[in-house]
Amino acid sequence: MPAAAELIEATKKYGDTEALKGVTLTIELGEVVAMLGPNGAGKTTSISLLLGLRKPTSGKALLFGLNPDHLDARSRVGVMLQESGIPTVLKVSEIVDLFRSYYPKPMARDRAIAMAGLEEKTNAQVKELSGGQKQRLYFALAVCGDPDVLFLDEPTVGMDVEGRRSFIERIAEFAQLGRTVVLTTHYLEEADQLAKRVVVIDRGLVIADASPQEIKSRVAGKRVRFKTSALADKDLEGLPITTSTITDHSVQLLTNQPEAVLKELFRRGVEISELEVSGADLEDAFISLTTHTPTA
Amino acid sequence: MAVMTARRAPLGPILIRQTWAEFLKLWRVPAFSLTSIFLPIMFYAFIGIGSSSQVISPHVTFGAYFLASMAVYSVANVMIFSFGISVATERGQKMDLLMRATPMPPVVYLLSKCITAIFFAAITLAVLFPFAYIAGGVRLDASEWVTLAYRVLLGSIPFIALGFAIGYLSGPNSAVAVINLIYLPTAFASGLFFPKQLLPKFIQSIAPYLPLHFYGQLGWDAIGAPTDESVTTDWLYLVGYGVAFFLIALWAYRREEGRKFT
Repeated sequence: MPAAAELIEATKKYGDTEALKGVTLTIELGEVVAMLGPNGAGKTTSISLLLGLRKPTSGKALLFGLNPDHLDARSRVGVMLQESGIPTVLKVSEIVDLFRSYYPKPMARDRAIAMAGLEEKTNAQVKELSGGQKQRLYFALAVCGDPDVLFLDEPTVGMDVEGRRSFIERIAEFAQLGRTVVLTTHYLEEADQLAKRVVVIDRGLVIADASPQEIKSRVAGKRVRFKTSALADKDLEGLPITTSTITDHSVQLLTNQPEAVLKELFRRGVEISELEVSGADLEDAFISLTTHTPTA
Repeated sequence: MAVMTARRAPLGPILIRQTWAEFLKLWRVPAFSLTSIFLPIMFYAFIGIGSSSQVISPHVTFGAYFLASMAVYSVANVMIFSFGISVATERGQKMDLLMRATPMPPVVYLLSKCITAIFFAAITLAVLFPFAYIAGGVRLDASEWVTLAYRVLLGSIPFIALGFAIGYLSGPNSAVAVINLIYLPTAFASGLFFPKQLLPKFIQSIAPYLPLHFYGQLGWDAIGAPTDESVTTDWLYLVGYGVAFFLIALWAYRREEGRKFT
């Protein structure tokens, strides 16, 4: 059986800008994959290639082994795009029904609306919805066809913390049906909460592809925090750290060898107080992955 | 292995849903639905009724003549506006992007817009004809009513293509202005509001080549008024304009595709 989605040596140029520099990526049915990366890293371009919204400059993009333009392939895919509009004068129920008609085996309208938590807005026109509600409507439109694969391009962008949390739960609920979910995100805790596989993209290349745990263990596994009255740049020279953040007298270091780092700092005579060593979260791992081009 | 029954949704239901959605999108915008339905009868009330019984050529009253004018005006208006504005708005709000990612076949999108426009045009005629009959006292043979209706609807096809072209060539905010700048002057120049003889000389010299001129001739001929050239000539010119507008629309569409989706 062909993979759900596949990029093979895919490159993409917009004029002189090389958005993707040769990405190979296979997403199997049933996987929940988060694509992480800073703005302009190539996440949206990757999704656009997989959806057939853009054509690769070289290489290939496949959906279920087919060209992503193919309607058989698209009939198994639901999509939430970062920038897209829907007719403002249609009611929620009407536009969900419209999108349901595009798919061979859609879910019931009420179920799609309930999955998005929009029951109370069923008869409201799109223009009456708030930003967060509109985002949930896009989610309803993405799942209403009961797709095998769900593509979500920065689904929680612009939401508040509470909105994001409940939205993540809705995505998780859909993934629990055994469906494939591919999402791109800035909010790294989302990837940690949802995905079993994280693909880190930076400057058009995949720089890491592993479970959130592996990524955390591989790079900058620990976070070392302390306060000091005086710290010179040379005090950190040659230490096995991936990144350092110094604000006033607070120092934060990311490292895989906290013991060695601390031993050396003590040897150099750095005054340390309020020392704290903790496991780095995905956000820390991500920063150290993207700020250093050679992968660890 | 996943059981795959139908791999695609059937086209019929998609077309019905899409057409219904397109209809609601126009119907719920009063700036479009009210003006396309009531502007023609308002013009008819102001200009047509006063001298509707005046005989302008053997067996033809001004009331009947102006009914044909307004039928042509209102149907072309619906075609150009419904397409031009909806396409431009959808591009502006990036609705085309999400649609592109769904399994909806593009031909359904096009067809649903055509059906909706023709349906709207039929509504305007269904309001205009009885109004002319009752308020303007227009009496035509049954065959003349029918001929007028079908010629006006069939002859509007080139204007669908024109609306499409404008929708792809202009921005969401400029579409209305562009359409008014093109449509209103050519409607006047083609004699839909007052006789061409009153127009400036240089406009009179280009007027006989305008698409609305040929379209108008079809309408006037249908109610028995004398026209400049034969009905066949009118149809041929309209087909020619239709092909030209369609090619422009296709070029504009491809240009957009190339920019957005490659």
